[in-house]
Amino acid sequence: MNNKIIKYVISDLLRNRTVFFYTLVLLALSLSIFFIEGNVDKSIASLLNLVLFVVPLVSIVFSTIYLYNSEEFIALLVSQPLKRQSIWLSIFVGLATAMAAAFLVGVGLPTLIFAYSLSGITLVIGGLLLSLIFVSIAMWTAVRLRDKSKGIGLAIILWLYFALIFDALLLFLLFQFADYPIEKLMVAVSMLNPIDISRILILLEIDLSAMMGYTGAIFRDFFGTGTGMLITGLVMFLWIALPLLFATRFFKRKDL
Amino acid sequence: MIEIEQLSKKFGKLQALKDINLSLSSGQCISLIGPNGSGKTTLIKSILGMVVPSSGNILFDGKNINKEWAYRNDIGYMPQIGQYPENMRIGQVLDMMRDIRKTPDHLLDNELYEKFELNKMLDKRMRTLSGGTRQKVSACLAFMFDPKVLILDEPTAGLDPLATEILKEKIVYEKQKNKLILITSHVLSDLDELVSQIIYMQDGELVFHKSLEDLKSDTGTDKLSKAIAHIMGHRSIPQIEIIHEQ
Repeated sequence: MNNKIIKYVISDLLRNRTVFFYTLVLLALSLSIFFIEGNVDKSIASLLNLVLFVVPLVSIVFSTIYLYNSEEFIALLVSQPLKRQSIWLSIFVGLATAMAAAFLVGVGLPTLIFAYSLSGITLVIGGLLLSLIFVSIAMWTAVRLRDKSKGIGLAIILWLYFALIFDALLLFLLFQFADYPIEKLMVAVSMLNPIDISRILILLEIDLSAMMGYTGAIFRDFFGTGTGMLITGLVMFLWIALPLLFATRFFKRKDL
Repeated sequence: MIEIEQLSKKFGKLQALKDINLSLSSGQCISLIGPNGSGKTTLIKSILGMVVPSSGNILFDGKNINKEWAYRNDIGYMPQIGQYPENMRIGQVLDMMRDIRKTPDHLLDNELYEKFELNKMLDKRMRTLSGGTRQKVSACLAFMFDPKVLILDEPTAGLDPLATEILKEKIVYEKQKNKLILITSHVLSDLDELVSQIIYMQDGELVFHKSLEDLKSDTGTDKLSKAIAHIMGHRSIPQIEIIHEQ
């Protein structure tokens, strides 16, 4: 990685209006939720939807657009005495830092002030990880598709898939196989979607798992243990690392 | 200095470069000529590592450049269309490049920077610049780090006559310092006096690589443009856009 590139990307993003606006909107929404709703657990449940839908959407779409708009900058860097790998990873670090910072200011700070509890902290960590994961996925879509409109389209489809379609498919499967003991399988399947992992973790912390019935109990059994949390942490890390790894490998051979 | 061995590049079905073999040595000013789409820019980008060849090797000072990056310290590149981050100011672009190259200040070559009077517009954003001013920034960056090899893709396109003269003088001066200078250009008359060797490419293939004297005596003409026109006439290509003279 190259500190100068990271420094440049971050200073460019800090002056970016979209990032500024995103931070403000997050801040306004989370503050109003905390002021309107007295019960901390309820406000966390409301914030949950914000974190699970808005954060991934903005992270993936904004990062994809930013990467396409930086094409000239990237080409300029590649013609300089710099390693391609370090160029690409530095851009990731810059983008990830900016998105994480926007989330921390917008949601993290209010949550830690108004709801400093295990559920609040889980929410902040979940949102942070989701920011990084969806920046990482954006790196992959942007490097694979040369065409900007197709790239942004793919980013939106991926978001739809993770945020909505995956759950619809999951529900369909649940009803189809309702007669079979598939609760343990559900834990494994939920690992395929980082949004679901975050949702389960946070719901378990605010004790809404009672509403999830027997599956909720299985989840509690799994996520409540040290090993379960370790595996979850590892899976979340893989969700950040793998798209970035594939993207970097592709970028090394890309023609600019 | 630069050896190119059996270099081929395919973009999907399009064969951009076909089995190119070249040996470029220092102290030469080489003109890379060919119609649009003949593979000149692809060849240049392969040398810079921006395009990854499908097969073949490029050796820089005897070392294969595949997956290397440090060799680019010795190359100054002036692209056909200088594309820079649109929100950056000229001063920031220059600073960033100085940062990346890590050349100590006293070794920087600021001649073009001063002659093009870039110091008067350091605060201008890149997106507001005219094509000619962008070219000036590109030229300034290419020469700034005193590289052993200069690769100039259409350097005079968009420059006013005064700036063209400054750039030409600079190229002649650098050539005397035993550097390798590789220029692509359509405007042949501009380069007549600088060039010592000609590479002619067409449809991704190398047609010839000759010294200027050989080319002139082979074709029996005394001007580069006429010599090229002569060669093209023999190859009976109906439309070539580089013959503007006469």
